[in-house]
Amino acid sequence: MTISPINLAFKKTKKEERPALLTYTVAGDNTKKKSLEILNSISKYVDICELGLAHNTPIGDGGQIQTASYRAIKNGIKMKDIFQIVNKFKNSKNSKPVILMGYYNMIYRYGENKFLKKCKQVGVNGLIVVDLPWPDNKNFAKKCKKKSITFVQLLSPTTSKKRIKKIINDSHDMIYYISMLSTTGGKLKISPKKILENYNSIKKINSSKNIVIGFGITKKTISSLKKADGLVVGSEICKEISKSLKKSQNPVTNVARMVSLLKNKIS
Amino acid sequence: MKIKKNIPLIDQHDKNGFWGKFGGNFIPETLKKPVEDLTILFEKLRKDKKFIQERDHYFKNWLGSPTRFTKLENLTEHLGGAQIWTKVVSDLNGGAHKSLNATVHCLIAKRAGKKYIVGDTGAGYAGKMLSMAAKKFGLKCKIFMGAKDIKRQKPNCDAMRANDAEIVPVYTGSQTLVDAVSECMRYWVSNCDTTAMCVGSTVGPNIFVKICGWSTSQISKELLIQIKDEFGEIPKKLKLINCVGGGSSSFGFWNEFMHYDKKQVEFIGVEAGGPKNSKKHAAPLTYGSKIGVLHGAMQYVNQDMEGQIEETESISAGLDYPGVSPLHCFLKDTKRARYTAATDEEALNAYKIVTKFESLNPSLEPSHAFAEAIKIAPKLSKDTIVCVNSCGDALKDRDILKKRLGK
Repeated sequence: MTISPINLAFKKTKKEERPALLTYTVAGDNTKKKSLEILNSISKYVDICELGLAHNTPIGDGGQIQTASYRAIKNGIKMKDIFQIVNKFKNSKNSKPVILMGYYNMIYRYGENKFLKKCKQVGVNGLIVVDLPWPDNKNFAKKCKKKSITFVQLLSPTTSKKRIKKIINDSHDMIYYISMLSTTGGKLKISPKKILENYNSIKKINSSKNIVIGFGITKKTISSLKKADGLVVGSEICKEISKSLKKSQNPVTNVARMVSLLKNKIS
Repeated sequence: MKIKKNIPLIDQHDKNGFWGKFGGNFIPETLKKPVEDLTILFEKLRKDKKFIQERDHYFKNWLGSPTRFTKLENLTEHLGGAQIWTKVVSDLNGGAHKSLNATVHCLIAKRAGKKYIVGDTGAGYAGKMLSMAAKKFGLKCKIFMGAKDIKRQKPNCDAMRANDAEIVPVYTGSQTLVDAVSECMRYWVSNCDTTAMCVGSTVGPNIFVKICGWSTSQISKELLIQIKDEFGEIPKKLKLINCVGGGSSSFGFWNEFMHYDKKQVEFIGVEAGGPKNSKKHAAPLTYGSKIGVLHGAMQYVNQDMEGQIEETESISAGLDYPGVSPLHCFLKDTKRARYTAATDEEALNAYKIVTKFESLNPSLEPSHAFAEAIKIAPKLSKDTIVCVNSCGDALKDRDILKKRLGK
């Protein structure tokens, strides 16, 4: 069996004794062109790029990602554009593994099989579907596996131990641990120490799984969670794009600067 | 897909929470546990005699159940066909059926040891009733409401504030019910450890559909008895007409009649067709919207090719919702119920006619149902009984009515 690019990314960061840096940006934010430029400009600092499918009725996202999503939709982003962005990014020299993250209705509407075929074609490496929890995602996760696409299972502080074990059992190369009870971009309301405690108890169940932590991770909090396999920064980046646009500055350079800083904090 | 006999419809879902193709639990992982906890508690409580006694006590002594079932003599004579009857559900404390669901949710929240309850609202009735029940049962209450709805349903907002509830305005998207529900669910994701959530209609993840349907079924429980008392039996030709937004009042109005042959007891659901010349509407069942996921459940929902939820438009805030209960999707596909739509203008006209002939003041939501009754009654035989659920009072609509009808 060939090793997946996502797994390879974690192997590399483990060797370098640091967590993987995962970024989340909304595809098409603020335009299709800028969104690709952002990916290209942050690629050298990032280990895995998460790319959001903008949805107008998100039930798991906080203000920053909602704003970014509405901006992308308003500027006319369509599924075909998202696939084009991925395709162009993956064909660039410094590309990194790409995980698409979104809500199930967009995949359902596109057609599960057609969607996965297209993902495979343009080089998507993984998928996160926020509102398709285990065990309802079993069939879809199997389909992903057949196409060598990593289906990323989510775990939360409310997930029971018994359930965690079952989910880990059905998981692929990467698992996403939600740090706290919150939508994306919430302020960290429990201590990093407590988050790492929860995290370690999950790692103990199967230490070979790559588990990343997301939600509430910012410039300020990222270094305190360095012990994780990977850390996801999303809302903070979306906020930077909002701020840049407001000040009529170029979001591409501002985001790149921020991501390089994030990388420094965990290296 | 077929409706089974002798099992309540709310229980006819599979192990994944689907009624046929509809329903389910499309929720973030964080909500799996609270939803499961609520499910276990509800299934326990509905078999608990003490809990049922408590519910019945508050329904009767606090909400004023049973509500009237009465003939609209003048309207019947004016239309000259079927007999028009109404169940005046708006007689309930608070002025609409929403108090049934709100009361049950607060009773459950108390049993769960929660101190806070949050809910969504469109027309403001779900919010008003939840604030009323929360106050009664000593829970702190937050109501999420679209900024557009806050403006157009001021009387209900005043009532919520008077009940010490905090109204959280929602400025995203179309600033109506759909956005209020999303924001409320997001709030619950962040606070589910301390806070109970009440979904205001038969929508949302499976358990919320069930609790709401179980609560509003009180309407048809009363109606079944009242009809038998009045006619000695269930009439040979009975038509139960109800407006449908999320679908809580209509489901409650029909539930106890589910197993009668539809030739004998016909269910007619009336959705909001929106302004006459507008392409926007809130009638996913009538206008053949595609299946998709909204607020945790698979349903017919107004959406574009990309799966983005479309904005709706209706004069009636309570019906202004792009999706519809999975139960109604199921009733549509099994052909047990028939769905149609009334435009804003037809609803306003129906309001004018009903208030001209009767001392009844139906809000804009049931005015949609009256529009259908007025349309079909003249063509029906005199032994046909048409019963309309007058599920809300027009007090909340006074600003809109004044603007549109000058009264």
